[in-house]
Amino acid sequence: MFEALLLSTLLSQTVTGRPASAEEIRKFDITVFPDGKGLPAGKGTAAAGKEIYKAKCAECHNEKGEGRDQQYPRLVGGVGSLTSPKPVKTVGSYWPHATTVWDTIFRAMPYETPRTLKPDEVYAVTALLLHWNGIISETFELNEKTLPQVKMPNRDGFIPDARPYQKLKK
Amino acid sequence: MTSNKRRRLLALCASFGLASCAKQESTTPKSPGAGLSMRPYGDRSPFEKTLRGARESTKSIGVGSSRTPLHELYGTITPSSLHFERHHAGVPVIDPAQHRLLIHGMVDAPVSFSMDDLRRLPSITRPYFIECSGNGGGELAGNAGADASRSHGLLSNSEWTGVKLSTLLSAAKMQSGASWVIAEGADACRMARSIPIPKAMDDALIVYAQNGEAIRPEQGYPLRLLLPGWEGNASIKWLHRLHVASEPAMSNQETAHYTDLHPTGKASIFSFEMEASSVITRPSGSQKLAGAGFHEISGLAWSGRGKVAKVEVSTDGGKAWQAAVLDEPVMSKAVVRFRLPWQWDGQATVILSRCVDETGYVQPTREQILADRGPNSTYHYNGIKSWKVEADGSVKNV
Repeated sequence: MFEALLLSTLLSQTVTGRPASAEEIRKFDITVFPDGKGLPAGKGTAAAGKEIYKAKCAECHNEKGEGRDQQYPRLVGGVGSLTSPKPVKTVGSYWPHATTVWDTIFRAMPYETPRTLKPDEVYAVTALLLHWNGIISETFELNEKTLPQVKMPNRDGFIPDARPYQKLKK
Repeated sequence: MTSNKRRRLLALCASFGLASCAKQESTTPKSPGAGLSMRPYGDRSPFEKTLRGARESTKSIGVGSSRTPLHELYGTITPSSLHFERHHAGVPVIDPAQHRLLIHGMVDAPVSFSMDDLRRLPSITRPYFIECSGNGGGELAGNAGADASRSHGLLSNSEWTGVKLSTLLSAAKMQSGASWVIAEGADACRMARSIPIPKAMDDALIVYAQNGEAIRPEQGYPLRLLLPGWEGNASIKWLHRLHVASEPAMSNQETAHYTDLHPTGKASIFSFEMEASSVITRPSGSQKLAGAGFHEISGLAWSGRGKVAKVEVSTDGGKAWQAAVLDEPVMSKAVVRFRLPWQWDGQATVILSRCVDETGYVQPTREQILADRGPNSTYHYNGIKSWKVEADGSVKNV
């Protein structure tokens, strides 16, 4: 307790770390939240996403998001399979938030050259995946306002961790 | 004797099974230069060959895992070179002089720390295990591993040194309403996980050292998050950003993966704790007992909820259980080694271990886990592991 008090006093006086500038934060901050906070301005449609997908995504995820060689994740289909003996978890059947699709593509894809797609391109590819999963039409414009409003089929599919399943001693 | 002649003699001794001859030859060098001389950075004996089992899961290099060979190790500390790995976009090369940790979001004083800044702060050194929540996934699926590496090798235990995350968050002055912190790595995929603030302010560490030296590149050099007792995926490696927020980011890793699907079609989310588990490592799969008589049964036990309180071992397929000795000190959220002397009668039998932690939680059977959360929950499997000892002494998975 004494150590904690002493430490908080010392830390408030000690210069360790330097203040982070707004510009520095802007440069590094790529977090996107389910309510759309963090999404950059931009727009795209499934129609516009086809060429980008073909050039940047199809090599691994296959022509229409069906995955490849049981190695690269399948992105399309699987709705209704979660209660079956062989669940198929995809963007359409499993992912609860559309913002996660945008965020995943923007931060981590294409695998070899992540963060090279421009926001408009990411909106377009996201729109394509949502369209292939029957969630939006081919001409629906995804942008920073409409994307967080898209309701994913498995939006209500998640529950809090209920473990332990056995009674613990107090 | 020249080194070539020495090698030939050693090979000759080995081929005739002349262990004593080989031993004498190897321990009594004929010249000072024949053995291992002083080296600036040591390595193990050339006779020691233990390796991690590594697997790339796609044709894109950098996605995959390697497993700690638990059945070939001793004690509780995992040698840094044998710590398990799980990467999602390879191992980045990061210059520590350039590396910084940014804390921003719902804080009054956004701050950026250099590695030197962090090393100036009060440090904590403790052993903790890290276990991938996919450890044992094959056991759950019914594809049990042939040895303890393949069954439980996504578990390692190291002594970690670093700064309490609460120290850093206090320095950044968190705002009221802050309830999550999103941790992000500097790897190519910028892997990110959302961590509840209560854990961040409890025992979470930002670590820069592992087993007395800088953490290894595969473990997050130069800086990683360490969440004691929680699934390894959340202990973000190559940590470069902490974003304080009022809600989780619902990142790819915490939604599409690392959620536990139940037979109802619903999935548990933010299931962080690794529950009590154990595995016998001697004798275990792929090993062979030399014959009837005395053998020590030995293995590892751990719990993400605190200290291991008790490990029981059965040598008759689960009919009778005996308390094993726990080698002191038993540390919270760290691996403990258990031991039990055993007189083997030479008959085929099944040996098992069962861990009980300080909360009273008892390691369940596979059947119990299947009843609780079904066959497709993928993560957090911690069922009792059994090994069959055949009459010829060979040990197999059952």
